[in-house]
Amino acid sequence: MSDSPLLSVQGVVKEFGLRQSVGERLRGRAAGGHRAVDDVSFSLARGEVLGLAGGSGSGKTTLARCLIRLVEPDEGTIALDGVDVRAAGGRDLRELRRRMQMVFQDRYASLNPRMTVGAALLEAGRVHKRPGSEDGERFVRELLERVHLTAGAAPRKPRELSGGQRQRVAIARALAVGPELLIADEAVSALDVSVQTQLLNLFLDLRDELGLGIIFVAHQLAVIAEVADRVAVMHLGRIVELGTTAEVFNNPVDDYTKTLLAAHPHPDPRARESIAQ
Amino acid sequence: MSVNTVVEGAPATPVAANAPLLEIERLRVEFGPADAPLAAVKDVTLSVAKGEVLGLIGESGSGKSLTCRSALRLIHQPGRIASGSIRFDGRDVLGLSGSELRAMRAREMGMVFQDPFSSLNPVFRVGEQVAETLRVNLGMSKKAARAETVGLLGNVGIPEPERRYLSYPHELSGGMRQRIMIALATAPKPRLLIADEPTTALDVTTQAQILALLARLRSENGMAVLLVSHDFGVIAQVCDRVAVMYGGHIVETGPVEAMYSAPQHPYTRALLESVPALDAAVRGSERRTAIPGQPPELSEQIAGCVFAPRCRFAQESCKSASMRLEQVGEAHASACPVRPFADGRAGAGGAAATAVRVVPDVAEEAGR
Repeated sequence: MSDSPLLSVQGVVKEFGLRQSVGERLRGRAAGGHRAVDDVSFSLARGEVLGLAGGSGSGKTTLARCLIRLVEPDEGTIALDGVDVRAAGGRDLRELRRRMQMVFQDRYASLNPRMTVGAALLEAGRVHKRPGSEDGERFVRELLERVHLTAGAAPRKPRELSGGQRQRVAIARALAVGPELLIADEAVSALDVSVQTQLLNLFLDLRDELGLGIIFVAHQLAVIAEVADRVAVMHLGRIVELGTTAEVFNNPVDDYTKTLLAAHPHPDPRARESIAQ
Repeated sequence: MSVNTVVEGAPATPVAANAPLLEIERLRVEFGPADAPLAAVKDVTLSVAKGEVLGLIGESGSGKSLTCRSALRLIHQPGRIASGSIRFDGRDVLGLSGSELRAMRAREMGMVFQDPFSSLNPVFRVGEQVAETLRVNLGMSKKAARAETVGLLGNVGIPEPERRYLSYPHELSGGMRQRIMIALATAPKPRLLIADEPTTALDVTTQAQILALLARLRSENGMAVLLVSHDFGVIAQVCDRVAVMYGGHIVETGPVEAMYSAPQHPYTRALLESVPALDAAVRGSERRTAIPGQPPELSEQIAGCVFAPRCRFAQESCKSASMRLEQVGEAHASACPVRPFADGRAGAGGAAATAVRVVPDVAEEAGR
């Protein structure tokens, strides 16, 4: 493994135009932009999990989407293993996107309801001509085992699976193309706690066994505390605090981070004085 | 906070010593055809005392939302309350006529849902929606209702209530909309507020504000609250007592402190063990134990204890266990006949922080 970071992000900016009224448009007033991502820089090593925390509207999802150019960033540089992501086009971009895969929160929307699990996994592998995809059955079985599902899931349709199983399939789908970077956008947020823990452990397995770099976007700080090696806290489009998870959670420097941590509902009822009364 | 409930032995029915406000007994909610029904709520008995906050916790599909909706008879077709009784302040809720039910919903029980956007009418100003409730349900004049509404909006922490009265739902943030919903539900000063995942769609900072607001309204109005959540953190912040639901049954109920520091049912314990915690970063590489498997599907028929298939303490006898709550401590009852933590109870009381994170050696089961 090389010493250079897997992903390096420098000064990324994404601005969305605000909707104007007819009057404003007639008067030709310049559209005031909303900076969803405002001058964000960070890097990610192989085998590292970076947690991206923040409230709704903080820009964490927009940033995640900028990284694989699902949303075109306006400024900045993004490099995956030294390859400029923003300059790439056509075949190069396709190859880059193979190396960076995304797992979304909504498992219903990210899997084709008419395709069996096995067919979906195999299609992803064959499109990118992955080694091993010639032997479909084995390819699918190995992927399912990787996410702790049995081969019995292969002939099923997504709707026949539970929420946690569907999310495992979505992860297996991402793994089918042999990525180096996984971007998980609120990938466990909609799951019950017992299933959530299973999935968090799975992400840690993928980090340890495949050496994946993982960007883990979540609004729940405690979830990030469970998986992330480092954490970046976003607020109003900026990274307001970045450090190792232990550092940030034990000695937060930024006021917004402190607010977030203070608002965390602790399961110990004796901690309630801080919030309710 | 004193706990005003005792559990009696035989029928395993938690009965409030202090006059109960809401009593649900042996509730069963079914879906599907009458000859082959699927029971989402199987046999639930619970009570909420006057002024008490009861937390109902469980995972999706456990039947917690259906249980609380049953109290207002808000179960829609094809769902139905198949058996059981529901009493509110001594009155039989299931036997009320349409107009009596309307009157009860209007003045005595309020309900707040998870999604404040779909509960508000998008084409009317939020203030008018609150005022309409006051006019229709409490017979206030237009002018009085408007003045009262502005006061209510201010009371639930909405800044510039005069101006916000004129806002449409889409102009408000999720937290503000939920405040409107709480203002709406508490406007007639109901004696019971049923809040179904009221903060699940909100940011943590907003969630903390909403929970503080509920706690304040409760102490100001002496209102009882039935709070439904999947998050023990939320429950712990505001509740006096907790009932844990799994697979259509209440598996454990007790005072919130005891439930946290000395849970007696393996599911409660596993649930607490899986709550992600901020101090995880300090624990280092140690992984959290996950409950293997997944919650039962509605169509799954499990004989005996519903949690037994995922339980690491399961024994052969669990397949014929009754799921009846048996007293395990003061006002504390568990449906587990094995009672694997019974002897450790005395010691666990003081050592809450460690008590919830026992047996890391079964971590290899996780994720299977």
